Amino acid sequence: MPAPVIGVLALQGAFAAHEDALRGLGVATRQVRTPADLAQVDALVMPGGESTTMSRLLRTSHMYQPLADRLGSGMPVFGTCAGMILLATEVIDGRPDQRSFGVIDLTVRRNGYGRQVDSFETDIEVRGLATPFHAVFIRAPKVMATGAAVEVLAVHDDVPVLAQQAHVMVASFHPEITPDARLHRMFLEHNGLSTEKERA
Amino acid sequence: MQVKRGLAEMMKGGVIMDVVTADQAKIAEDAGACAVMALERVPADIRRDGGVSRMSDPEMIEGIKAAVTIPVMAKVRIGHFVEAQILQALGVDYVDESEVLTPADETHHIDKWAFTVPFVCGATNLGEALRRISEGACMIRSKGEAGTGNIVEAVRHLRSIIGDIRKITQADNAELFQWAKTLQAPLPLVQEIAETGWLQVPLFCAGGIATPADAALAMQLGAQAVFVGSGIFKSDDPSPRAKAIVEATTHFRDADILAKVSRGLGAPMTGIGMDEINKSQRFAERGW
Repeated sequence: MPAPVIGVLALQGAFAAHEDALRGLGVATRQVRTPADLAQVDALVMPGGESTTMSRLLRTSHMYQPLADRLGSGMPVFGTCAGMILLATEVIDGRPDQRSFGVIDLTVRRNGYGRQVDSFETDIEVRGLATPFHAVFIRAPKVMATGAAVEVLAVHDDVPVLAQQAHVMVASFHPEITPDARLHRMFLEHNGLSTEKERA
Repeated sequence: MQVKRGLAEMMKGGVIMDVVTADQAKIAEDAGACAVMALERVPADIRRDGGVSRMSDPEMIEGIKAAVTIPVMAKVRIGHFVEAQILQALGVDYVDESEVLTPADETHHIDKWAFTVPFVCGATNLGEALRRISEGACMIRSKGEAGTGNIVEAVRHLRSIIGDIRKITQADNAELFQWAKTLQAPLPLVQEIAETGWLQVPLFCAGGIATPADAALAMQLGAQAVFVGSGIFKSDDPSPRAKAIVEATTHFRDADILAKVSRGLGAPMTGIGMDEINKSQRFAERGW
C-alpha cells in the first residue's frame, strides 16, 4: 500500500504550520485548494483561519460538495479552530450564509472566548498523553454542547476543547503553532495512518 | 508570545481590506476578507487631502467592530504609543503602526512589547523589518507606496527583503556579523534567519495592490497574505473586485483561475506613477 498523503486545506489560514507539523512526523502532505487536489489525499487537516473566508472559498472553489462527499464516506479529518467550526453540526454567531459540514455533533459559538485581546495560552490535560499539552487559543470557538457520540479528549474550565467522533477530530485551540506534534500523531494513529518513521 | 504572533498565522493566504464605513466592512466580509483595517480615509484620500493624518475616531472603529465578525485592525501614527493604548482599550484585534499616517516621533517607534494587542509594521528592506521585530512587531508588511494603485514599490520591497533572506541563508558565521552591521539589525535575529531561512514573523504585502493579478504577484514573490487599501473602494465596482482579489490570493499559482476571476471587473483605481510623486510625499520614506 502506498504511503498515505495527508491533505491540508489551503484556502486560507494556518495551513503552512500544519504542513510543517505533519512533515516533522514524516508523512507526505499536499496543499488542497481544488477538487483535483482533494482527490489525491487520504485524510485532511482543516486549519485555523477565518471560517467565513474559508466557507466562501469552499463554494467559489467548487469544493463544498466533493468535500462533503469525502467526509460522508469516512475520510479522516482534523479541524482546528476555524476547522472545528466548519465541521460542527451547529454554529452560533456565524454568518447566515456560512455553511458547515455537520460531521461532529457539536454546538460551537464562533469567537466564543472573545476577541484577540482575550486570547490566551494554557496547559491542558489530554486523554492518552502522559504530560500536559500547551494549548494556544486565538479568537477561539467555544463548545456549547456535545452530542452523545462525541468523545471529549480534553477540557479547559469544564468546556471541551479537544474532541473526536469516529474519523473526525477537532480542537478549539491551535496545535499547529507550537512545536509539539503529539496531537497530529494522535490523529494519524487513531485513523491507522502510520508515519514513515514508524514503518522504518 | 504565541498568542500574539499566532493571529498573523491565521491571516495567511488571506486579504485584509481597508474600510472607512460599516457598510464597506460588510462588503469586505461578504467578499471573504480575513480582516478589515478600519480608518477614516483610505491612503489615496490621505494623499490627496494632505494635512496631518491621525488615528481614527473610536466611535467609527466601534461601528466597524460591531458590523463584522472578522478581526478588526486600526492604524496609529509611528511612535504614538498613546493612540496604541487607546486602540488596545477599544479591543481592536491588531494595531498597524503605519507610515500612511503622519509620524508622531521622528526617532523612535513604539515599544510594542509593552502591549498585549499584536502590532504590524511596514518595512522597505530586511534591516527595517528586523528593527521592527526587535521592537515587538508580530507581523511585517511591505510598505509599498500606499494610495497609488501602483505595485512597483511593494515589489521592490518584497524582493529586497526576501532576496536578502536568501543571501543570509548562504552566509558563513563571519559574514553574518557583517550582515547585522549592514542591515543595522540585531545579530541574534540575523543568525536566526540564517538558521530558519525565514523571518521570525509572517511577511505580508501592502501598498499598491489594485488587481487580482497584483495580489497573485505579491504571493508568488513570497508574501504570505495581502493588504488592499485604496484598491478596492477606489475602483468602479468594489464588491466583485474584492471577491476576485480574495480568490486570486488563494489560487495565486493557478493561472486558469486567475484568468477567470480577472474578467469583467470594471475599471481599477486610476493609479499614480512613481515619478509623479515628490520624494517628500512618499509615505514609504517614513520610519527609521
